[in-house]
Amino acid sequence: MDLIVEGIKKAFFLIFTLDAEVLGITLLSLKVSGLATLISLVIGISAGTAVALSRFPGRQFVVSLINTGMGLPPVVVGLFVTIFLWRNGPLGFLEILYTPTAIILAQAVIATPIVTGITLAAIQHLPANLRLQILALGATRLQMLWLLVKEARLPLLAAVMAGFGGVISEVGASIMVGGNIKGYSRVLTTATVMETGRGNFDIAIALSVILMLLAFCINAILTHIQQRERPR
Amino acid sequence: MTAEIQAEILLKVEDLLVQRGGVTVLDISGLEVFQGQVLSLIGPNGAGKSTLMLTLAALLKPVRGNLFFRGERIADGGFAYRRRIAMVFQEPLLFDTTVFENVAAGLKIRGVRRGEINRTVPGYLEHFGIGHLAKRSARKLSGGEAQRTSLARAFVTRPEIVFLDEPFSALDPPTREALTGDLERILRETHTTAIASTHDQTEALRLADRIAVVNEGRIVQIGPVTEVMNRPVDEFVASFVGVETVLPGRVLRTSDGVFVAAVEGGEIQAVGHVRTGEGVLCCIRPEHVTLSTNTPFSESSARNVFSGTIRKITPLGLFHRVHLNCGFDLVSYVTRQSLEDLALAEGKVVTASFKATAVHVIPRRD
Amino acid sequence: MTTRSIKIGFTTVMIIVVFLFGMVLPLSAAGPQKNLILATTTSTQDTGLLDILIPAFEKKTGYFVKTIAVGSGQAMAMGQKGEADVLLVHSPEAEVKFMAEGSGVNRLLVMHNDFVVVGPAADPAAIKGSKTSPEAFQKIAAAGAPFLSRGDNSGTHAKEKGVWKAAGLNPEGQKWYQQTGLGMGQTLNVAAEKKGYTLADRGTWLALQKNLGLPILMAGDPILLNIYHVIQVNPAKWPKVNADGAKVFSDFMVSADVQKIIGTFGVEKFGSPLFFPDAGKKEDALGK
Repeated sequence: MDLIVEGIKKAFFLIFTLDAEVLGITLLSLKVSGLATLISLVIGISAGTAVALSRFPGRQFVVSLINTGMGLPPVVVGLFVTIFLWRNGPLGFLEILYTPTAIILAQAVIATPIVTGITLAAIQHLPANLRLQILALGATRLQMLWLLVKEARLPLLAAVMAGFGGVISEVGASIMVGGNIKGYSRVLTTATVMETGRGNFDIAIALSVILMLLAFCINAILTHIQQRERPR
Repeated sequence: MTAEIQAEILLKVEDLLVQRGGVTVLDISGLEVFQGQVLSLIGPNGAGKSTLMLTLAALLKPVRGNLFFRGERIADGGFAYRRRIAMVFQEPLLFDTTVFENVAAGLKIRGVRRGEINRTVPGYLEHFGIGHLAKRSARKLSGGEAQRTSLARAFVTRPEIVFLDEPFSALDPPTREALTGDLERILRETHTTAIASTHDQTEALRLADRIAVVNEGRIVQIGPVTEVMNRPVDEFVASFVGVETVLPGRVLRTSDGVFVAAVEGGEIQAVGHVRTGEGVLCCIRPEHVTLSTNTPFSESSARNVFSGTIRKITPLGLFHRVHLNCGFDLVSYVTRQSLEDLALAEGKVVTASFKATAVHVIPRRD
Repeated sequence: MTTRSIKIGFTTVMIIVVFLFGMVLPLSAAGPQKNLILATTTSTQDTGLLDILIPAFEKKTGYFVKTIAVGSGQAMAMGQKGEADVLLVHSPEAEVKFMAEGSGVNRLLVMHNDFVVVGPAADPAAIKGSKTSPEAFQKIAAAGAPFLSRGDNSGTHAKEKGVWKAAGLNPEGQKWYQQTGLGMGQTLNVAAEKKGYTLADRGTWLALQKNLGLPILMAGDPILLNIYHVIQVNPAKWPKVNADGAKVFSDFMVSADVQKIIGTFGVEKFGSPLFFPDAGKKEDALGK
């Protein structure tokens, strides 16, 4: 118990003194997970909307793939991305193994199916004739897609939160592809694992507290936006 | 009613074939919609009314066939054409925002500036009876209010054709009545060309200049309202339409709930709340028309008594349909027994009578 | 949706994604030629020695070192696959095999520390006073006292297995023999929790011992020496390795200055050094 209290005390100490290393790790976590979520939103919302509105042979198979992808173990993603990014692997020429870019890549792979799946469900849930009504209002195809996405904005905000939540808390893939290099590819989650491994429980708890505070703040903002629009 | 020969053909269909999943759902060799007129599509469920509407609005692509708008063929997806029309569905399909923003949607899509939107929309809100709801969220509207919003949204872009796919079917009767009245008023005032599909005959009769009867993907009969109603081309249309005598007229005088309407070729007595000078449609079901060969006739409570010549007799199983010319077209059903008893035959002159209460009156502004 | 619009949509999305990734590259900037991938073990990193040496190396030579701390087994596997440039490991048997198969060149002795057998102060298996580590292990087995193994093919784990072998015992599957699969620090904590025995490298033990409550019960056996070598991955086998950087690092580790730093590391904090510098010595001369 005292350990946890010690940890919390240390967390606030590190935050208020703006400890350089902790600050760096926190900012990197935000940058990496933020960008990964952004990429997953671009791909996920486009793909999800496209599949939701199309009819093609094998569509059901594709939807099953997306739904399976939502539950893809992050550590499996990490392993495969590592193998691809190895010097002697197919993408080795990119030379991005053990860099923050690799972490962003792995996290984007983890988050994209989640965003795609939720978007797909959200768009399919809209009234069937809404698409036709929008076209009947004289909308171009692009305007129609934009209006449909706007109509589904509540569940899409949930997709953002799910995507971001999934990657800010991810550790297995981040260690594998990032290498947890001090001051370079070390993020809150990987640092926590390392400090725990060293037996520095107080620091580990402090980092965990900071991570949870970060996740909470961001989700609080997104939730506020989402609930502002809630049907009464 | 406008003389259709002079009216411009706004929309024309040629050789239309629409399929869904390999099955033919629409097969229409030709269809014309005239400027300033309302065309009603009526037919049973599954007949293809909605499919036809969607195809005419260029929202559904036919396997074969051409659509012409103002003489020009509609091509490449029909985007330019869709900018000039509007459609209202059975569900309001409003956006998750305020009533004002919903009505403004079509204008926003067309890139109209905020200033102009703010000037144009309020007028339409008033016109459709939802001015007081401008800031209300679309989620908090009643069925009628929502459909009014959908209508306002459709009309605000000043469409050249309005498509209405059973717009009032989901509403309760009083709301339906109120909205049909408002729609009729607006269509007449703006001379908007419209295509409206419905189940409800009264609605069709009230709004339509022309009626197209749709069954199993084909247009079984199309023509002016009275023609389709009075002279159904076959059993199906007759049974579907149900009312066989529809007489447009004008109220000459009223007293005590009873009034006299002048129709082409005679005067009819009916009951109803009407005002002198008002336009009405008098609908008489064939079951309510009694025939006799007595002249002068015996006392009866029927206030409408006419002398007429039998134009045609059609056997319909258990009874016969008798078409009369009493100065206006009148249809009566008689049993085979009566047919024989009265020795009815084509060319014979008989007396036809029906009660004032048997006349179903539909107000109609012309 | 027409195929054409899908193609356009797909291209647009890909352009946006590539652009976003492009925004990311500055985060990862550190020119490829000056990158050096050092594969080492978690226990080495956990001692904190590298936190001193690596920055010094980077400052001196301008290389950007990516220290990948994993288990010995994985570190050597990375070397075997050419995915690392230089290794700093302490698993002599496996290292010899590594060199024999031609995966490495220029294996140099750097330093050593030793392993110690630690356990609960109460010492239920009464191993204190044992002359050799196999003897201590035999006593633990006889008493059925809890023993925590790292069980992760690390250098420590290999050393531990060697001791069991020397004792003529096979503890696999026995109830009192528990494998954590974790790093040294965590394994020590688990042992403290369960009041069990374990084999640890002195460095990690020294770093944690204040709060641990697991005193050293047996040490000094030559078998328990933990010897560190630096090995360059063979560039003939893997042309993509940074051979120059590996050589520079290797030379650095055995240079006089660095050896002095190694020899004084830990004295301030723990009272005694964590490592003993051995560059240039012969291996069998160690520990005496």
